[in-house]
Amino acid sequence: MKPHDNLVEIRALSKYFGRGNHPVRAVDDVSFSIRRGETLGLVGESGSGKSTIGRLLTRLVDPTAGQMFYDDEGEGAAVDVATLSQAQYRPLRSKIQIIFQDPYASLNPRMRIRQVLAEALDTHGLAKGAARLPRIHALLEQVGLRPEHAERFPHEFSGGQRQRIGIARALAVEPRFIVADEPLSALDVSIQAQVVNLLGELKDQLGLTILFISHDLDVVEYLCDRVVVLYLGRVMEIAPTHALYSQPQHPYTQALLAAAPIPDPAQRRSIAPLKGDLPSPANPPSGCVFRTRCPHAIDQCASTETALREVRPDHWNACWRTDITLSK
Amino acid sequence: MNKTPTLVAPRLEVRGLSTSFATDAGRIQSVADVSFTIARGETLALVGESGSGKSVTSLSLMGLHAKTSQARMDGEAWFVRRDGVRVNLLALPEAGLRALRGNEMAMIFQEPMTSLNPVITVGDQIAESVRLHLKLDRRAALAHALRMLELVEIPAAARRVNEYPHQLSGGMRQRVMIALAMSCNPTLLIADEPTTALDVTIQAQILALMGRLQKETGMSLLFITHNLGVVAQYADTVAVMYAGRIVEAAPVHSLFAQPQHPYTRGLLACLPGIARRRALTTGNTPGQRPRLEAIAGQVSGPFAQPPGCAFAPRCPQCDADCEVQMPGLVAHGVQRMVRCIKVRDEVNDEVMA
Repeated sequence: MKPHDNLVEIRALSKYFGRGNHPVRAVDDVSFSIRRGETLGLVGESGSGKSTIGRLLTRLVDPTAGQMFYDDEGEGAAVDVATLSQAQYRPLRSKIQIIFQDPYASLNPRMRIRQVLAEALDTHGLAKGAARLPRIHALLEQVGLRPEHAERFPHEFSGGQRQRIGIARALAVEPRFIVADEPLSALDVSIQAQVVNLLGELKDQLGLTILFISHDLDVVEYLCDRVVVLYLGRVMEIAPTHALYSQPQHPYTQALLAAAPIPDPAQRRSIAPLKGDLPSPANPPSGCVFRTRCPHAIDQCASTETALREVRPDHWNACWRTDITLSK
Repeated sequence: MNKTPTLVAPRLEVRGLSTSFATDAGRIQSVADVSFTIARGETLALVGESGSGKSVTSLSLMGLHAKTSQARMDGEAWFVRRDGVRVNLLALPEAGLRALRGNEMAMIFQEPMTSLNPVITVGDQIAESVRLHLKLDRRAALAHALRMLELVEIPAAARRVNEYPHQLSGGMRQRVMIALAMSCNPTLLIADEPTTALDVTIQAQILALMGRLQKETGMSLLFITHNLGVVAQYADTVAVMYAGRIVEAAPVHSLFAQPQHPYTRGLLACLPGIARRRALTTGNTPGQRPRLEAIAGQVSGPFAQPPGCAFAPRCPQCDADCEVQMPGLVAHGVQRMVRCIKVRDEVNDEVMA
């Protein structure tokens, strides 16, 4: 890999909420990179910190510690967006955009779609004057809506259409990098497929880099090039999609994949579900945070600090045990 | 699933259920002409997207529509009571329904936090229904509640029985809901999206638990969900709903292997897991992303229903005949019903058993 292939590089990123002796460790010492032009999946269950990472990257919340390098030009002149003030970060907002989960909550109900998109353009001084309306119409067509939709209000659209508007708003400022935070969760299956296709097309057309945050393992497998698996604010495993799904290395990844129901009655499985609940992120287990639910946990897991190891080229695993083999 | 033909009546037989509600803009037909049967010990999955009428169907059966909604229900729903008497749930007086509800027929809802009382301990909530239906005294009812919490594998049940819902995790709350529903040993359990609010590893726990309880008690299960993965893994038969009507019903294996209705086909084709598997079998290069076959458009609103088939505006096979009138739900083969005039009998000759 060439040195400047990474658009984003996160190093030892942490976000703690609350003060005192037991803050909630939403994101704890997370490191990974996002390559130029790839779709990186960020998966995990609720409380794993995946949305917080998306909000950290877009500086909607400020990190407690760590670095987030963003290398727009690929010339090696990466900036650490974690250290920028909000004013300094502002020009970068046109490069880094976010699509939210709930298309109902993310649009102002009193603004026409034209105004929603114009606000984004105004913020960054784009498409002024006579160029404004054609640009708005082009954006709507790009996401599969019609120009006349510009005059309507958010309540006149279905959930899928609203998510398209959310995507159009993100695209309005010509970003290079998009954080898509569970963009499909609020949508019905048949509408999800429409939005998945749209995201795939836009990525190819515009050469976008996408951080795709999701708990839906099937969609992630379909859409993403590589996947980062999170548990309780920590990275468990990072691998190319195919390798992760066919040969998971971490016991948590394996359990997660096994728990996802396959939509094929010919492949019924009786799996022993993972025991117990997610521990409190305010008081995570010592050693490996997954050990309290891990079927392979032994005493040393409580005392051994875990770190990602490259077990195969490009395949990183946080489980320190090399003596176990995971059955598929 | 009981495969031998018997004279035993199915636990629940719904015929022509229709439900409408009063709104400011007039009555809307939310569910129309819904018919299905659930045999004893069988799991029927009612599948559909938001607004397809699956929850309205279950609430109609339980008689749980709010008075203010002015629900009007037509049709019949024959339920076999424990004493062997068949009763029509839709014609039963409120007192008769109340005697069945929470007792012989129980329900689990999607969001356990909103269906549990936040100011009463979980033990007392379970005890309440046991005292009412099983006529146990307070002490015996609490002891029963504790046994129920143990039955649903809640760790440290003796302590949890005195806790309030907010002290429990989402998965634990759903276990409490199941304990509550199972407390009077129902013969029919209606589960309305019971795992939708849960994480996938917790979902697997809850589904395994429900499967175990069903096997032990022989209860029938009406499982309402939009998750086709869950359906494929757990259901015996499937009824697919679209815009308030069942459009296809069949045993789970043949429904997934050979979906007939264009909507069912579309629903399965747009699943990324299925698209990827198909791409692998047709020998596409890995890494090449096949396009998902999305269903175009969206569901028509309740006030703008097309005159013919409700799915016609989105259907790839639609022609002028489809827009004349709503097709009936027609039997194709022994076990399959399809609501589509384009589906012909000959394609069903190869239906798997």
